[in-house]
Amino acid sequence: MTHTPNGTAPPGTATPAPVPTLPAVPPQPVPAAPTGAAPPPRARRTAFAEGVDRLRGAATTEPGRLRAIGAVLAVLVVAFGAVTAWQTTDRAAAADDVLTSSRPLSSDAADIYRSLADANTAAAGNFLAGGQETAASRDRYEDDIRTAAAKLVNAAANSDPGSPSAKTITGLNRLLPEYKGLVERARTYNRQGYPVGGAYLRYANEKMQQEMLPAAEDLYTRENQRLRDDYADATPYPWPALALGVLALAALAWAMRRTYLRTHRVLNHGLVAATAATTVVLLWLTAGHTLARSGLHDSYDHGVRSLDVLHDARIASLKARGNENLTLVARGAETTKVGDETFDAYDHAFGREMGALAEGLARAQRLADDAGGARPVSSASGAMTEWRKRHAAAREQDENGNYQQALDMVIGAKGAAGECFDSVDENLATALEHEEDEFERAAGDGRDALTGLPSGAALLSVLGAAGAVLGIGRRLSEYR
Amino acid sequence: MNGRVNEPEGAMTTIARHLRARLKGWGGVGAMATACALALVFALALTCAGAPAGAPSRTTGQTVSHSARAQADEDCTAPEKQTLSPSDADGPTIEEIRNRRGEKRKLVVGVDQNSYRWGYRDPNSGKSGALEGFDIDLVHRIAEDILGDRDAVQFKAIPTDQRIPAIKAGRVDMVVRTMTITCARIEDVAFSAPYFRTGQQVLAPRSSPVEGYDETLADQEICTAAGSTAHAKLEADKEAGRLPASTDIRTTVPNQLDCLVRLQLGEVDAVVTDGALAASQAAQDPTVQLKGGAFTTEYYGVAMKKDADDLVRRVNRILVDFREDTTDGWQDAYTEWLSATLGDDSSRSRPPAPEYLRES
Repeated sequence: MTHTPNGTAPPGTATPAPVPTLPAVPPQPVPAAPTGAAPPPRARRTAFAEGVDRLRGAATTEPGRLRAIGAVLAVLVVAFGAVTAWQTTDRAAAADDVLTSSRPLSSDAADIYRSLADANTAAAGNFLAGGQETAASRDRYEDDIRTAAAKLVNAAANSDPGSPSAKTITGLNRLLPEYKGLVERARTYNRQGYPVGGAYLRYANEKMQQEMLPAAEDLYTRENQRLRDDYADATPYPWPALALGVLALAALAWAMRRTYLRTHRVLNHGLVAATAATTVVLLWLTAGHTLARSGLHDSYDHGVRSLDVLHDARIASLKARGNENLTLVARGAETTKVGDETFDAYDHAFGREMGALAEGLARAQRLADDAGGARPVSSASGAMTEWRKRHAAAREQDENGNYQQALDMVIGAKGAAGECFDSVDENLATALEHEEDEFERAAGDGRDALTGLPSGAALLSVLGAAGAVLGIGRRLSEYR
Repeated sequence: MNGRVNEPEGAMTTIARHLRARLKGWGGVGAMATACALALVFALALTCAGAPAGAPSRTTGQTVSHSARAQADEDCTAPEKQTLSPSDADGPTIEEIRNRRGEKRKLVVGVDQNSYRWGYRDPNSGKSGALEGFDIDLVHRIAEDILGDRDAVQFKAIPTDQRIPAIKAGRVDMVVRTMTITCARIEDVAFSAPYFRTGQQVLAPRSSPVEGYDETLADQEICTAAGSTAHAKLEADKEAGRLPASTDIRTTVPNQLDCLVRLQLGEVDAVVTDGALAASQAAQDPTVQLKGGAFTTEYYGVAMKKDADDLVRRVNRILVDFREDTTDGWQDAYTEWLSATLGDDSSRSRPPAPEYLRES
C-alpha cells in the first residue's frame, strides 16, 4: 500500500463526514408520531423525501460519496456480468440447439420424406417387375420403411407434445403401418397372379401421394423453420451486454480518475482489478461472440444452404423416378394438357422434376466450396444427363408400342434408366454426407467459441465488483 | 301428479317472466330488427320478381335436353343393334392405320390391365409387361386382320371413365375393354356388334346379409367404377325408388377392381358391376361371392370413333369370323379365359345373332 494516511482528504473538509450519515435517523419518528387521518399521504411523501434528503445529505460528504460510487460501480460490474452470462447462455443454448437438435431434426424430417418416397418408388418398380421382385429392390423397400419408422420415433421424441409437428408425426405413425399392410397384400396377390395386387399397389400409392408425402413435407418445412429460428436466436449481437460493459468501464475509469485527482495516487489496486476483470469479460464477449457468429454463419452458408439444395435435388430425382415408373404403370391412362398439346401426365411430371433436379444440381455446384463437395455433385450431373438420354430412348420405344422394350430400358438390370437414377441418388448421398460434416464442424466451432463464457463472465464480474468495493473501501477506511 | 305437472308450469312461467324482463330492455332493438327483416323481405321479393325471366329459361333448357335424351332413349330400345353391316372394304380410317410407318405401324387400342381373365397382367407369366385375356385375344385378332401382324398393337390402359374421351380425342383407334353398348354412349362413339352378353350383379362377402339387388341393400355402402353402367343404373334406380333410400352409392373408383380392394378393407359392403367382371373378382377372393342373378342384360362391344364407318364395318366382319371360327374363335377364347370364372357353359354369355340396323 503506497498511500499513507498523511495525505488527508485534499478537497473539502472530510472530518465531519462520518457524522452526517447517522443524523438521518431522527426525523423519521416525527412523521410516524402524528395522529388522525392525515398521516398516510404525508407519511409516504415524507418517507420518500426523507430518502432523498438522506442521500443528499450523504452526498455532501466524501465518505458518503465514496460509498455511493462503490455501490454504483459494484452494481454496474455485476450487472454487466449477469447480462453477459444471460445473453451468452441464450446464444450458446441456441447454437447448441442448431447443432444437436434442430439441424438433426430437420435432417431427420428430410430423411423421412426421402425414405417414404423411395419406398413408394421401389414398390412401383416391383409392380412393374411383376411377381419377380429382385432381392435388391425388396431390401431397398424394407430399408426405407425401417429408416422412416426409426426417424419418426426420433422426431416424436424431440417434438413438443401437442405441437403441430407432433400431430403430423402421429399421423405419419398411423399411416405407415397402413401403407405397409397394403403393399404386403399387393405382394401376396402378385405372387398368386391376381391383378387385385396391382389395385392394392395403386391404393397404397394413392395413400402415399395424397396423405403421407404431404405430411412429411409439412414436417420438413416446420423443422426447417425451427432451425432458422434457432439461428436467429444464436447470432444477433448481445447489445445490452456490450453497452453495459462499456458503461462499467467508463464508470471505473471515471472513478479512478477521481481518486487520482483527489489523492494523487495513480493506482487504486481494487479499482484496477475491477477494470481488468471488466475489460477481460468485454473482450472475451466480443471475441467469443464474433467467433461464434462467424462459425454459425459459416455453417449456414456452407452447410445448411448446401444441405437444403441437395435435399431438394434428391427429392426431385426421387419424384422423377417415381413418375418414370408410373408412366409405365399407367400406360397412357392419364394425360395432361399444356396449351394445345396433350402429354402423358406422368411423363410431363417427370420432365418437370428433372428440370428441378438440374436446377438443384447447378445450385449445389455453385455452393460447393471444395473438391470434396463438388465432385459428387458433378458426378450426379453426369448421371442425370445420361438418365435423360436413356429415358428419351425408353419413351420412344413406349410411344411406338414396344412396351416390353421400354420396360426393360427403365427397370432392366443393365443399361437401364434405373442405373442412372441409382447413381444420382448415391452421389447426392455422398455430397449430403460431406456437407453434413462441414456443417457440424463449422457449427461446432461456433458453439465452442461460447464455451465457458457465461460462467467466466459471471465469475470475473463478481471478482471485479469485489475489487471495486475493496478499492473504494480502502479509500473509505482512510476516514476512520 | 299435480305437483309434478305444476313444476314445469312454474318453471315455464319463471322463464317467461325472465324473458319478458329481458325483452323489455330489448324493445328498441327488437323494433330495429323487425324493420331490418322487413326490408330484407322486400328486397328479396324484388329480386325474385326480377328473376323469373332468367330462371325458368334455364329450367326449360334442362327440360329440353332431358326430353331430348328421353326421346333418344325411347327411340333407342336396343343399342346393341345400332351398328353398321360387316364389310371388308378399306376406308380412310383403315388407310390411315396402315399408312403408319416403321415402329409406329400399330393399332392403338385402349384396354384394361386390371380385369382378371379379360385384360390383365399375369405377374408370374415371365413377361412382365404382357397383357392377356379374352379382350386381349380379340385385339390381337383385329390387328392381325388389319395389319397382318397379331402383335402390331400398342396397348393403352384406360380408366373406366376415360374410355369415351380417349376415343373422341383420337388417343386410341378403338377401345376393347368390357365396354357395354348403351344408348347414352352411342351418342358419342360408334360400337361394333356385341361380342359378349352379361348383366349387372351384386358381389358381397359370403357372410354378408345382402342377398341380391333388392331391399337387403338397405343401409349398405355400394362401390362402383366411375363412369360405369353399374353406377348409372344405381343412380337411376335410387332416384326412382327402386333401390332403398338408405343405400349409400357415393363410393366410386377408377376401376371396378379397386372396388374389391375397398370391399376387402371393409370400406364398402358390396360391389355392383357386370357379372362377367364380378365373377373375375370372386375368382381372386374365395370369401366373396355373387349375390342373386343378373338384374340387367348388357352387351359388350368394340368402341370406335363415331365417323370411323369403315373400321366399324371391318370389326363387325372380324367378329362374324370370330364367332364362327371353331379352332381359334370365340368359344376357344371363352374356354381358355372365362370358363374358370364363369363356368363351362358359355350359352349365357354368347351374344345373340347380330343385327345391323344402323344405316349410316
